[in-house]
Amino acid sequence: MADSKSSLDLTLNVWRQTGPDAPGRFETYAAKAIPETASFLEMMDIVNEDIIAKGGEPVAFDHDCREGICGMCSMVINGMPHGPKRGVTTCQLHMRSFRSGDTIWIEPFRATAFPIVRDLAVDRSAFDRIQQAGGYITVRTGSAPEANSVPVPKPDADASFMAAACIGCGACVAACKNASAMLFVAAKVAHFNHLPQGRPEADSRALGMVRAMDEQGFGNCTNQYECEAVCPKTIDAEYIRQLNRDYRNAAAKEVVGI
Amino acid sequence: MISELHDAPATHPNRVSDTPPDGSPKVPLPEKWTKHKASAKLISPANRRKYNIIVVGSGLAGSAAAASLSEQGYNVKCFCYQDSARRAHSIAAQGGINAAKNYQNDGDSTYRLFYETIKGGDFRARESNVRRLAEVSVQIIDQCVAQGVPFAREYGGLLANRSFGGTQVARTFYAAGQTGQQLLLGAYAALNKEIAHGSVKMYPRTEMLDLVVVDGHAKGIVVRDMVTGKISSHAGDAVLLCTGGYGNVFYLSTNAMGCNVTATWRAHKRGAWFANPCYTQIHPTCIPVSGDYQSKLTLMSESLRNDGRCWVPKRKEDCGKPAASIPEEDRDYYLERKYPSFGNLAPRDIASRAAKEQCDDGRGVGPGGLGVYLDFADAIKRLGEDQIRERYGNLFAMYEQITGENAYKQPMRIYPAVHYTMGGLWVDYNLMSNVPGLHVLGEANFSDHGANRLGASALMQGLADGYFIVPATLPNYLADQKPGQYQDDSPEFKAVEEAARERVRKILSVNGKRSVASFHRELGLLIWDKCGMARTKEGLAQALKRLPELREEFWSNVRVPGSGDTFNQQLEQAGRVADFLEFGELLCRDAYEREESCGGHFRSEHQMEGEAKRDDERFSYVAAWEYTGDLAKPKLNKEWLEYEEVHFSTRSYK
Repeated sequence: MADSKSSLDLTLNVWRQTGPDAPGRFETYAAKAIPETASFLEMMDIVNEDIIAKGGEPVAFDHDCREGICGMCSMVINGMPHGPKRGVTTCQLHMRSFRSGDTIWIEPFRATAFPIVRDLAVDRSAFDRIQQAGGYITVRTGSAPEANSVPVPKPDADASFMAAACIGCGACVAACKNASAMLFVAAKVAHFNHLPQGRPEADSRALGMVRAMDEQGFGNCTNQYECEAVCPKTIDAEYIRQLNRDYRNAAAKEVVGI
Repeated sequence: MISELHDAPATHPNRVSDTPPDGSPKVPLPEKWTKHKASAKLISPANRRKYNIIVVGSGLAGSAAAASLSEQGYNVKCFCYQDSARRAHSIAAQGGINAAKNYQNDGDSTYRLFYETIKGGDFRARESNVRRLAEVSVQIIDQCVAQGVPFAREYGGLLANRSFGGTQVARTFYAAGQTGQQLLLGAYAALNKEIAHGSVKMYPRTEMLDLVVVDGHAKGIVVRDMVTGKISSHAGDAVLLCTGGYGNVFYLSTNAMGCNVTATWRAHKRGAWFANPCYTQIHPTCIPVSGDYQSKLTLMSESLRNDGRCWVPKRKEDCGKPAASIPEEDRDYYLERKYPSFGNLAPRDIASRAAKEQCDDGRGVGPGGLGVYLDFADAIKRLGEDQIRERYGNLFAMYEQITGENAYKQPMRIYPAVHYTMGGLWVDYNLMSNVPGLHVLGEANFSDHGANRLGASALMQGLADGYFIVPATLPNYLADQKPGQYQDDSPEFKAVEEAARERVRKILSVNGKRSVASFHRELGLLIWDKCGMARTKEGLAQALKRLPELREEFWSNVRVPGSGDTFNQQLEQAGRVADFLEFGELLCRDAYEREESCGGHFRSEHQMEGEAKRDDERFSYVAAWEYTGDLAKPKLNKEWLEYEEVHFSTRSYK
């Protein structure tokens, strides 16, 4: 079965921290004979099995679908959220992207709004709270009109879909020097605001979600676009411009009371 | 031990009893759902807020049910093991969702969707449930579009469709290869709306450890907070399990790493019948296994078979050669050859077996000869690379990330893998299990897909159950219940809580030598080998002998580091694997007892020219297993299937 054309010996420096308020530190582990066809998380599994066999406690990290869509995996790898490859999540990163002898630094997504749960796992529930502040269209089950009664121009549907591809992983926040969630919020707002169904609540959505973002402790956007560079779904930073426009318009209407 | 829910009729098959065993009204099939809704009990809006509903799982079924019940005015608590409701594994569904809209004007109808689902399930699904599913399918699309699900559209702005396996019409709605993601984001948005409204309370990173049954009724659950380790009780007036399937009993599957059988298995051990566990779906198009370290398998959506052609070399000696060097006349497009009318869109069970057949014949490609080609060269020539990229871009990218190969330039290599489980807890027409109050939705129940699920039908079922069925049927149970009878600290709850704590202590105290993963891997290999794509009486008997031994070794030699009062992923996994080790035995027993082949359940002894050979006379029943306290001796309850509109026939896609 095994078809590992070649394998890698690596040195890992992994962030270990037992809880949000505990002090953290890097621990060094040797990862030996890692098949290049293994994924990064499978490499972590192999290392964890070794730690367990030696009587230690394995490294905690979030992961679930392991196919790049659930958004649960995180990790900053050699300074890059989701590692060196563009447009992939950590779970889709494969060891063929590394060379034997490499030293790899592995850290959690760091942001005030993402407290550490343990080791590499962080609490991203702030993202849920932002979406509860307007990331939906108010439609009761059963009250929907016939699906084709509202045509959506294909460019609008496509723009909405491209934004809706966001998996809510938080890499944008981890990459930002201000720990801003602007790309995430922009994508979530654009998903709905590009559709005719989303227009009735477009203003309250932009206002609500931007304010929730601030309340949750995310920083301000200074348009550096590290977020776009690390986004595993390559969400376009153009959505940030659109969010600024939507927010400005909505805030102006709010001031004059329309 | 065997009992029958109603008389096995003398004129079987194709007999109909006077009182339908699923509790549906005795009216002609197309009128059943309308009649049932019209005569359903109601709870007045002012009283609804007095009822607490527990929803376990936040995938399509769970999120949709939680949001819809909350909109009606009930208090809902929703639990998921992920860090956010939006990460439930429905998110990974790729290809699409079926609905009988007939927007393509190609002959589709509610009847046709219903009939094809029954046929696709190899005449082992319940007719009344499937008819209802087809009926509500059209409402689902309306609902999702209104929520802002960005489905693919034509240039005129109207919805686009594509085709899926086992059907000759195009009724599948999709959002590139991310349909599950977009539908779940829709349901999650609805859930968020209700959380903001204050009538749903969400408990992420919280795992159900047990069901609490009081006086025969499901009245709550015991959960573990996965961050703090705290074990606590949540009482409610009804419990909805929306916890997905058990594919991870095979260790390697397309399921997420955390998917597990614990919720349904624990409910089973508290009295709920587990129906048809042996109906497991092996999906034909997954990326082949590359090594022993592998943790999961990745699906390549069935939608790819709209444009991709499956083939292997005709001659064994060509298998090692580059695909491009094998001329057209030396290729065996085996699905097109064997099933000319459905070709590459043969249903999953059939396409999987055909792939296995080619590989068993020594004509497989890639490492170990465990692969077949899925080739897009013709489609790229016909439509251009851009068109293919627009349809499947994310899938091609995913394929390249995993294999390092460019499928625009060379064919994909694929092999079948465990993907979905049709079996699940037994439910009646109200989606209530035999334990009153315990409702089961989506993949976790057994009812709609028979022995094989057709592509793009899982999303349809999850959302049908969550948005439209349970909100209409739950009051049938609640109306007879006094709300708020039990509190979280009632003694019945404390006892179950204490048992859950004891189990955690027990797992942690074994302190043996083998890791949890090593047990899971061994279990998975055993089940795949003996109860995978082809099953034999002999192999299943071996598995049934081996499983108790493996379980015993687990409880005497597993090593789970850390403590119970912290974030401990090994402990979480240990609890799940312990349940899989028990469940695996029921899975194999069901496969052993079902001495026929149907859909995904292929008993090598029962075949006709390589196709599944059903035995309707003896086996056209739902096997609903009851826990007796002894894993080796479950009791078999039979619900004989009754078909009014369709008639048993040999399933043919030739």
